[in-house]
Amino acid sequence: MSHPPVPPPPALLYCHCQYAQVVSPEVKAAVLKKLCESDLPFEAVPDLCELSARRDPSLKRLAAAGPVKIAACFPRAVKWLFAAADAPLPLGATEVLNMRTRSTDEVLASLFSPELRPNLPEGKVTAADAPASAGASADVNHPPS
Amino acid sequence: MALHDLPLRVVLYEGSGAESVDAESRWAAMNALLERGFAVTRAGAERPVSPADATPMLVVARWQQPPPDSADAKVRWGSLDPATVAEQAEAARAEFSSPTPGAWRPWFPVIDYDRCTNCMQCLSFCLFGVYGVDPEKRIQVQNNDNCKTNCPACSRVCPEAAIMFPKYKAGPINGDVVSDSDLNREKMKIDISSLLGGDVYSLLRDRSERARSRFGKERDSDKALAERQKCLNKLASLAADIPAEVLMSLPSPEEIARKAAEASAKAQSALADQSPRTAPTT
Repeated sequence: MSHPPVPPPPALLYCHCQYAQVVSPEVKAAVLKKLCESDLPFEAVPDLCELSARRDPSLKRLAAAGPVKIAACFPRAVKWLFAAADAPLPLGATEVLNMRTRSTDEVLASLFSPELRPNLPEGKVTAADAPASAGASADVNHPPS
Repeated sequence: MALHDLPLRVVLYEGSGAESVDAESRWAAMNALLERGFAVTRAGAERPVSPADATPMLVVARWQQPPPDSADAKVRWGSLDPATVAEQAEAARAEFSSPTPGAWRPWFPVIDYDRCTNCMQCLSFCLFGVYGVDPEKRIQVQNNDNCKTNCPACSRVCPEAAIMFPKYKAGPINGDVVSDSDLNREKMKIDISSLLGGDVYSLLRDRSERARSRFGKERDSDKALAERQKCLNKLASLAADIPAEVLMSLPSPEEIARKAAEASAKAQSALADQSPRTAPTT
Protein backbone atom coordinates (compact mmCIF):
# COMPACT_ATOMS: atom_id res chain seq x y z
CA MET A 1 0.00 0.00 0.00
CA SER A 2 1.44 3.34 -0.98
CA HIS A 3 1.23 6.34 1.28
CA PRO A 4 0.33 9.74 -0.04
CA PRO A 5 3.41 11.92 -0.53
CA VAL A 6 4.32 13.97 2.52
CA PRO A 7 4.08 17.64 1.68
CA PRO A 8 7.35 19.50 2.04
CA PRO A 9 7.68 21.70 5.12
CA PRO A 10 6.82 25.28 4.29
CA ALA A 11 9.57 27.63 3.28
CA LEU A 12 9.97 30.58 5.62
CA LEU A 13 10.19 34.18 4.51
CA TYR A 14 10.79 37.17 6.76
CA CYS A 15 10.25 40.78 5.61
CA HIS A 16 12.27 43.45 7.41
CA CYS A 17 10.04 46.28 6.10
CA GLN A 18 13.17 48.36 5.95
CA TYR A 19 11.86 51.50 4.31
CA ALA A 20 8.98 52.37 6.62
CA GLN A 21 8.28 52.47 10.33
CA VAL A 22 5.00 50.61 10.18
CA VAL A 23 6.14 47.39 11.85
CA SER A 24 7.28 47.63 15.45
CA PRO A 25 11.10 47.39 15.57
CA GLU A 26 10.76 45.23 18.70
CA VAL A 27 8.58 42.69 16.91
CA LYS A 28 10.85 42.59 13.89
CA ALA A 29 13.96 42.18 16.03
CA ALA A 30 12.43 39.43 18.15
CA VAL A 31 11.15 37.46 15.16
CA LEU A 32 14.44 37.72 13.31
CA LYS A 33 16.38 36.76 16.42
CA LYS A 34 14.31 33.64 16.99
CA LEU A 35 14.69 32.66 13.36
CA CYS A 36 18.46 33.02 13.70
CA GLU A 37 18.45 30.97 16.90
CA SER A 38 16.60 28.16 15.21
CA ASP A 39 18.38 25.77 12.90
CA LEU A 40 15.87 26.43 10.16
CA PRO A 41 16.83 27.75 6.77
CA PHE A 42 14.91 30.82 5.75
CA GLU A 43 14.80 33.77 3.41
CA ALA A 44 15.00 37.31 4.74
CA VAL A 45 14.26 40.27 2.54
CA PRO A 46 14.78 43.91 3.37
CA ASP A 47 11.45 44.99 1.95
CA LEU A 48 8.80 43.02 0.07
CA CYS A 49 7.41 46.22 -1.43
CA GLU A 50 10.75 47.00 -3.02
CA LEU A 51 11.07 43.46 -4.39
CA SER A 52 7.55 43.65 -5.77
CA ALA A 53 8.21 46.99 -7.44
CA ARG A 54 11.33 45.54 -9.01
CA ARG A 55 9.54 42.31 -9.96
CA ASP A 56 12.37 40.53 -8.24
CA PRO A 57 12.74 36.95 -9.49
CA SER A 58 13.05 35.64 -5.94
CA LEU A 59 9.33 36.31 -5.48
CA LYS A 60 8.53 34.05 -8.41
CA ARG A 61 10.77 31.33 -7.02
CA LEU A 62 9.17 31.56 -3.60
CA ALA A 63 5.67 31.55 -4.98
CA ALA A 64 6.42 28.52 -7.12
CA ALA A 65 8.26 26.56 -4.45
CA GLY A 66 5.22 25.21 -2.63
CA PRO A 67 3.94 25.92 0.86
CA VAL A 68 5.31 29.07 2.46
CA LYS A 69 4.94 31.03 5.68
CA ILE A 70 5.58 34.74 5.38
CA ALA A 71 6.19 37.04 8.34
CA ALA A 72 5.28 40.44 6.95
CA CYS A 73 2.13 42.56 7.07
CA PHE A 74 -1.51 42.22 6.01
CA PRO A 75 -2.30 39.06 4.01
CA ARG A 76 -4.26 41.06 1.43
CA ALA A 77 -1.28 43.35 0.82
CA VAL A 78 1.18 40.45 0.63
CA LYS A 79 -1.04 38.56 -1.80
CA TRP A 80 -1.21 41.44 -4.23
CA LEU A 81 2.42 42.49 -3.80
CA PHE A 82 3.40 39.07 -5.09
CA ALA A 83 0.76 39.20 -7.80
CA ALA A 84 2.07 42.59 -8.94
CA ALA A 85 5.43 40.90 -9.49
CA ASP A 86 3.82 38.22 -11.66
CA ALA A 87 4.40 35.79 -8.82
CA PRO A 88 0.98 34.78 -7.51
CA LEU A 89 1.20 32.93 -4.21
CA PRO A 90 -0.54 29.56 -3.91
CA LEU A 91 -3.85 30.36 -2.22
CA GLY A 92 -4.10 27.11 -0.36
CA ALA A 93 -0.48 26.89 0.69
CA THR A 94 0.45 30.33 2.00
CA GLU A 95 0.19 31.58 5.55
CA VAL A 96 0.92 35.25 6.16
CA LEU A 97 1.81 36.31 9.69
CA ASN A 98 1.02 39.95 10.24
CA MET A 99 3.75 41.62 12.28
CA ARG A 100 1.81 44.89 12.22
CA THR A 101 -1.09 43.58 14.25
CA ARG A 102 0.01 40.39 15.99
CA SER A 103 2.27 40.05 18.99
CA THR A 104 5.74 38.63 18.78
CA ASP A 105 4.62 35.48 20.56
CA GLU A 106 1.72 34.96 18.16
CA VAL A 107 3.90 35.45 15.11
CA LEU A 108 6.58 33.09 16.40
CA ALA A 109 4.11 30.44 17.46
CA SER A 110 2.62 30.33 13.98
CA LEU A 111 5.97 30.59 12.26
CA PHE A 112 7.44 27.60 14.07
CA SER A 113 4.28 25.54 14.18
CA PRO A 114 4.49 22.48 11.93
CA GLU A 115 0.95 23.24 10.85
CA LEU A 116 0.32 25.53 7.91
CA ARG A 117 -2.85 27.62 8.14
CA PRO A 118 -3.44 29.15 4.73
CA ASN A 119 -4.96 32.59 5.12
CA LEU A 120 -4.65 34.45 1.85
CA PRO A 121 -7.94 36.19 1.10
CA GLU A 122 -10.04 34.87 -1.73
CA GLY A 123 -12.51 37.28 -3.20
CA LYS A 124 -13.58 40.48 -1.54
CA VAL A 125 -12.35 40.76 2.03
CA THR A 126 -14.61 42.45 4.53
CA ALA A 127 -14.57 42.89 8.27
CA ALA A 128 -16.39 39.56 8.60
CA ASP A 129 -13.30 37.86 7.22
CA ALA A 130 -10.98 39.27 9.88
CA PRO A 131 -9.30 36.55 11.93
CA ALA A 132 -10.52 35.95 15.43
CA SER A 133 -8.03 37.13 18.03
CA ALA A 134 -5.18 34.69 17.90
CA GLY A 135 -5.02 32.27 20.74
CA ALA A 136 -1.72 30.71 19.85
CA SER A 137 -0.49 28.37 22.49
CA ALA A 138 2.69 26.89 21.08
CA ASP A 139 5.80 27.19 23.19
CA VAL A 140 7.68 29.93 21.40
CA ASN A 141 10.74 29.46 23.56
CA HIS A 142 11.30 26.06 22.11
CA PRO A 143 10.84 26.27 18.38
CA PRO A 144 11.51 23.07 16.53
CA SER A 145 15.04 22.83 15.32
CA MET B 1 16.29 54.36 -11.54
CA ALA B 2 16.34 51.04 -13.38
CA LEU B 3 14.02 48.88 -11.33
CA HIS B 4 14.56 45.79 -13.39
CA ASP B 5 18.25 45.26 -12.64
CA LEU B 6 18.87 42.20 -10.53
CA PRO B 7 19.74 42.91 -6.91
CA LEU B 8 22.52 41.12 -5.06
CA ARG B 9 21.53 38.11 -2.97
CA VAL B 10 23.63 37.17 0.06
CA VAL B 11 23.73 33.55 1.22
CA LEU B 12 24.75 32.65 4.78
CA TYR B 13 26.32 29.25 4.40
CA GLU B 14 27.06 26.87 7.29
CA GLY B 15 27.15 23.55 5.48
CA SER B 16 29.90 21.17 4.48
CA GLY B 17 33.33 22.79 4.46
CA ALA B 18 32.28 25.60 6.76
CA GLU B 19 31.89 26.08 10.51
CA SER B 20 28.48 26.59 12.02
CA VAL B 21 27.99 30.01 13.51
CA ASP B 22 26.63 30.99 16.91
CA ALA B 23 23.14 32.45 16.91
CA GLU B 24 24.29 35.89 18.05
CA SER B 25 26.77 36.25 15.19
CA ARG B 26 24.23 34.91 12.72
CA TRP B 27 21.68 37.47 13.87
CA ALA B 28 24.22 40.30 13.81
CA ALA B 29 25.26 39.45 10.26
CA MET B 30 21.69 39.02 9.10
CA ASN B 31 20.55 42.26 10.71
CA ALA B 32 23.49 44.24 9.32
CA LEU B 33 22.71 43.04 5.81
CA LEU B 34 18.97 43.69 6.03
CA GLU B 35 19.52 47.16 7.44
CA ARG B 36 21.66 47.93 4.39
CA GLY B 37 18.92 46.62 2.11
CA PHE B 38 20.36 43.24 1.06
CA ALA B 39 18.24 40.10 0.71
CA VAL B 40 19.67 37.19 2.66
CA THR B 41 19.19 33.44 2.43
CA ARG B 42 20.13 31.24 5.31
CA ALA B 43 20.73 27.99 3.51
CA GLY B 44 20.18 24.57 5.05
CA ALA B 45 18.97 21.10 4.34
CA GLU B 46 15.80 21.00 6.41
CA ARG B 47 13.60 23.27 4.36
CA PRO B 48 13.56 24.68 0.87
CA VAL B 49 14.99 28.05 0.05
CA SER B 50 14.97 29.78 -3.28
CA PRO B 51 17.26 28.02 -5.76
CA ALA B 52 20.08 29.87 -7.45
CA ASP B 53 19.33 31.62 -10.69
CA ALA B 54 20.76 34.50 -12.67
CA THR B 55 20.74 36.74 -9.59
CA PRO B 56 24.30 37.61 -8.54
CA MET B 57 25.24 36.03 -5.22
CA LEU B 58 27.68 36.60 -2.41
CA VAL B 59 28.13 33.41 -0.36
CA VAL B 60 29.55 34.10 3.08
CA ALA B 61 30.76 31.45 5.51
CA ARG B 62 33.41 30.65 8.08
CA TRP B 63 35.32 28.51 5.68
CA GLN B 64 37.26 25.52 7.01
CA GLN B 65 38.93 25.19 3.67
CA PRO B 66 39.21 27.55 0.74
CA PRO B 67 35.83 28.12 -0.86
CA PRO B 68 35.23 26.17 -4.05
CA ASP B 69 36.43 27.48 -7.35
CA SER B 70 33.44 28.60 -9.27
CA ALA B 71 33.15 29.05 -12.94
CA ASP B 72 29.98 31.02 -12.30
CA ALA B 73 30.77 34.63 -12.89
CA LYS B 74 27.76 35.64 -10.81
CA VAL B 75 29.04 34.14 -7.53
CA ARG B 76 31.49 35.66 -5.08
CA TRP B 77 32.74 34.16 -1.82
CA GLY B 78 33.16 36.02 1.45
CA SER B 79 33.64 35.70 5.16
CA LEU B 80 30.76 35.42 7.60
CA ASP B 81 32.03 38.19 9.82
CA PRO B 82 29.22 40.35 11.23
CA ALA B 83 31.52 43.37 11.44
CA THR B 84 32.41 43.37 7.76
CA VAL B 85 29.69 41.43 5.98
CA ALA B 86 27.71 44.51 4.96
CA GLU B 87 30.83 46.08 3.45
CA GLN B 88 31.57 42.85 1.58
CA ALA B 89 28.04 42.89 0.22
CA GLU B 90 28.37 46.50 -0.79
CA ALA B 91 31.60 45.74 -2.66
CA ALA B 92 29.98 42.80 -4.45
CA ARG B 93 26.95 44.92 -5.29
CA ALA B 94 29.19 47.55 -6.86
CA GLU B 95 31.14 44.89 -8.77
CA PHE B 96 27.95 43.40 -10.22
CA SER B 97 26.42 46.84 -10.80
CA SER B 98 23.37 45.67 -8.89
CA PRO B 99 20.89 48.36 -7.87
CA THR B 100 21.67 50.35 -4.77
CA PRO B 101 19.24 49.23 -2.06
CA GLY B 102 17.03 51.96 -0.75
CA ALA B 103 17.81 54.35 -3.60
CA TRP B 104 14.07 54.57 -4.16
CA ARG B 105 11.60 54.42 -1.30
CA PRO B 106 9.06 51.80 -2.35
CA TRP B 107 5.82 53.76 -2.15
CA PHE B 108 3.35 52.84 -4.86
CA PRO B 109 -0.22 51.61 -5.27
CA VAL B 110 -0.98 47.90 -5.17
CA ILE B 111 -4.25 46.87 -6.78
CA ASP B 112 -6.49 44.29 -5.15
CA TYR B 113 -7.99 42.71 -8.26
CA ASP B 114 -10.50 40.80 -6.12
CA ARG B 115 -12.11 44.17 -5.49
CA CYS B 116 -11.19 46.20 -8.57
CA THR B 117 -14.03 46.72 -11.03
CA ASN B 118 -11.82 48.31 -13.69
CA CYS B 119 -13.76 51.55 -13.41
CA MET B 120 -10.66 53.59 -14.35
CA GLN B 121 -11.27 56.24 -11.67
CA CYS B 122 -7.66 55.89 -10.54
CA LEU B 123 -6.32 56.27 -14.06
CA SER B 124 -8.45 59.35 -14.58
CA PHE B 125 -7.43 60.83 -11.25
CA CYS B 126 -3.68 60.31 -11.11
CA LEU B 127 -1.75 63.12 -12.73
CA PHE B 128 1.60 61.46 -12.49
CA GLY B 129 1.13 58.67 -15.01
CA VAL B 130 1.35 55.87 -12.46
CA TYR B 131 -1.56 53.94 -13.99
CA GLY B 132 -2.10 52.51 -17.42
CA VAL B 133 -3.93 49.64 -19.04
CA ASP B 134 -2.59 46.30 -20.16
CA PRO B 135 -3.23 44.88 -23.64
CA GLU B 136 -6.58 43.53 -22.37
CA LYS B 137 -7.49 47.08 -21.25
CA ARG B 138 -7.24 46.12 -17.62
CA ILE B 139 -6.06 48.77 -15.19
CA GLN B 140 -2.53 48.24 -13.94
CA VAL B 141 0.26 50.08 -12.17
CA GLN B 142 2.78 50.84 -14.89
CA ASN B 143 5.11 53.49 -13.50
CA ASN B 144 5.33 52.86 -9.79
CA ASP B 145 8.37 55.08 -9.35
CA ASN B 146 6.32 58.05 -10.59
CA CYS B 147 4.19 57.79 -7.45
CA LYS B 148 4.57 60.59 -4.93
CA THR B 149 5.88 59.26 -1.64
CA ASN B 150 3.29 59.22 1.16
CA CYS B 151 0.48 60.28 -1.17
CA PRO B 152 -2.52 57.90 -0.96
CA ALA B 153 -4.85 60.16 -2.97
CA CYS B 154 -5.78 57.64 -5.67
CA SER B 155 -6.81 55.09 -3.06
CA ARG B 156 -9.26 57.66 -1.72
CA VAL B 157 -11.08 57.98 -5.01
CA CYS B 158 -11.38 54.22 -5.53
CA PRO B 159 -15.03 53.36 -4.90
CA GLU B 160 -14.17 49.75 -4.02
CA ALA B 161 -11.23 50.40 -1.67
CA ALA B 162 -9.21 48.27 -4.07
CA ILE B 163 -6.04 50.35 -4.00
CA MET B 164 -3.56 49.65 -1.24
CA PHE B 165 -0.39 51.32 -0.12
CA PRO B 166 1.11 48.64 2.15
CA LYS B 167 3.24 51.17 4.03
CA TYR B 168 0.31 53.42 4.80
CA LYS B 169 -0.52 53.86 8.47
CA ALA B 170 -4.18 52.84 8.52
CA GLY B 171 -6.64 50.42 7.03
CA PRO B 172 -7.93 49.56 4.57
CA ILE B 173 -5.33 51.44 2.53
CA ASN B 174 -2.59 49.45 4.26
CA GLY B 175 -4.18 46.17 3.20
CA ASP B 176 -6.36 45.60 6.23
CA VAL B 177 -9.84 44.22 5.65
CA VAL B 178 -12.42 46.57 4.16
CA SER B 179 -15.35 47.62 6.33
CA ASP B 180 -18.71 49.01 5.28
CA SER B 181 -17.69 52.41 6.54
CA ASP B 182 -14.65 52.29 4.28
CA LEU B 183 -16.93 51.78 1.33
CA ASN B 184 -18.85 54.88 2.34
CA ARG B 185 -15.86 56.76 1.07
CA GLU B 186 -17.71 56.72 -2.23
CA LYS B 187 -19.90 59.32 -0.58
CA MET B 188 -16.84 61.34 0.30
CA LYS B 189 -15.74 61.21 -3.30
CA ILE B 190 -19.10 62.62 -4.33
CA ASP B 191 -18.73 65.31 -1.72
CA ILE B 192 -15.37 66.28 -3.12
CA SER B 193 -16.85 66.47 -6.57
CA SER B 194 -19.80 68.58 -5.54
CA LEU B 195 -17.66 70.87 -3.46
CA LEU B 196 -15.29 71.39 -6.30
CA GLY B 197 -18.05 71.87 -8.79
CA GLY B 198 -18.24 68.65 -10.77
CA ASP B 199 -14.80 67.21 -10.53
CA VAL B 200 -11.37 68.31 -9.52
CA TYR B 201 -10.14 68.73 -13.04
CA SER B 202 -13.07 70.66 -14.37
CA LEU B 203 -12.70 72.99 -11.42
CA LEU B 204 -9.04 73.43 -12.17
CA ARG B 205 -9.86 74.03 -15.82
CA ASP B 206 -12.48 76.60 -14.91
CA ARG B 207 -10.12 78.33 -12.63
CA SER B 208 -7.47 78.22 -15.28
CA GLU B 209 -9.83 79.91 -17.75
CA ARG B 210 -10.81 82.54 -15.23
CA ALA B 211 -7.16 83.09 -14.40
CA ARG B 212 -6.35 83.41 -18.10
CA SER B 213 -9.09 85.96 -18.47
CA ARG B 214 -7.66 87.97 -15.63
CA PHE B 215 -4.17 87.66 -17.06
CA GLY B 216 -5.48 89.49 -20.09
CA LYS B 217 -6.32 92.40 -17.85
CA GLU B 218 -3.63 92.43 -15.24
CA ARG B 219 -1.10 89.62 -15.93
CA ASP B 220 -0.85 88.97 -12.22
CA SER B 221 0.91 85.65 -11.79
CA ASP B 222 0.73 85.92 -8.02
CA LYS B 223 -3.05 85.92 -8.17
CA ALA B 224 -3.06 82.90 -10.46
CA LEU B 225 -0.86 81.03 -8.05
CA ALA B 226 -3.12 82.00 -5.16
CA GLU B 227 -6.12 80.66 -7.07
CA ARG B 228 -4.43 77.37 -7.70
CA GLN B 229 -3.33 77.10 -4.11
CA LYS B 230 -6.83 77.83 -2.86
CA CYS B 231 -8.22 75.05 -5.00
CA LEU B 232 -5.60 72.58 -3.90
CA ASN B 233 -6.06 73.55 -0.27
CA LYS B 234 -9.74 72.64 -0.58
CA LEU B 235 -8.77 69.22 -1.78
CA ALA B 236 -6.17 68.90 0.94
CA SER B 237 -8.66 69.80 3.64
CA LEU B 238 -10.80 66.86 2.57
CA ALA B 239 -7.96 64.39 2.39
CA ALA B 240 -5.64 65.69 5.03
CA ASP B 241 -3.00 63.05 4.54
CA ILE B 242 -2.09 64.16 1.04
CA PRO B 243 1.32 65.74 1.58
CA ALA B 244 1.56 69.46 0.87
CA GLU B 245 4.59 68.89 -1.32
CA VAL B 246 2.52 66.59 -3.50
CA LEU B 247 -0.14 69.22 -3.93
CA MET B 248 2.47 71.85 -4.65
CA SER B 249 4.22 69.65 -7.17
CA LEU B 250 1.08 69.24 -9.24
CA PRO B 251 1.54 70.47 -12.77
CA SER B 252 0.25 73.84 -13.92
CA PRO B 253 -3.51 74.11 -14.51
CA GLU B 254 -2.94 73.86 -18.28
CA GLU B 255 -0.79 70.80 -17.84
CA ILE B 256 -3.35 69.29 -15.49
CA ALA B 257 -6.06 69.83 -18.08
CA ARG B 258 -3.94 68.20 -20.77
CA LYS B 259 -2.98 65.21 -18.58
CA ALA B 260 -6.53 64.78 -17.35
CA ALA B 261 -7.81 64.78 -20.92
CA GLU B 262 -5.22 62.18 -21.91
CA ALA B 263 -5.99 59.98 -18.91
CA SER B 264 -9.70 60.35 -19.47
CA ALA B 265 -9.36 59.37 -23.13
CA LYS B 266 -7.31 56.36 -22.16
CA ALA B 267 -9.85 55.37 -19.52
CA GLN B 268 -12.78 55.89 -21.89
CA SER B 269 -11.08 53.81 -24.55
CA ALA B 270 -10.49 51.00 -22.08
CA LEU B 271 -14.04 51.21 -20.80
CA ALA B 272 -15.47 51.21 -24.33
CA ASP B 273 -13.55 48.05 -25.07
CA GLN B 274 -15.05 46.43 -21.99
CA SER B 275 -18.61 47.09 -23.13
CA PRO B 276 -20.40 44.15 -24.68
CA ARG B 277 -20.11 44.41 -28.39
CA THR B 278 -23.35 44.83 -30.31
CA ALA B 279 -24.22 41.81 -32.34
CA PRO B 280 -24.16 42.59 -36.04
CA THR B 281 -27.58 42.77 -37.64
CA THR B 282 -28.33 41.07 -40.86
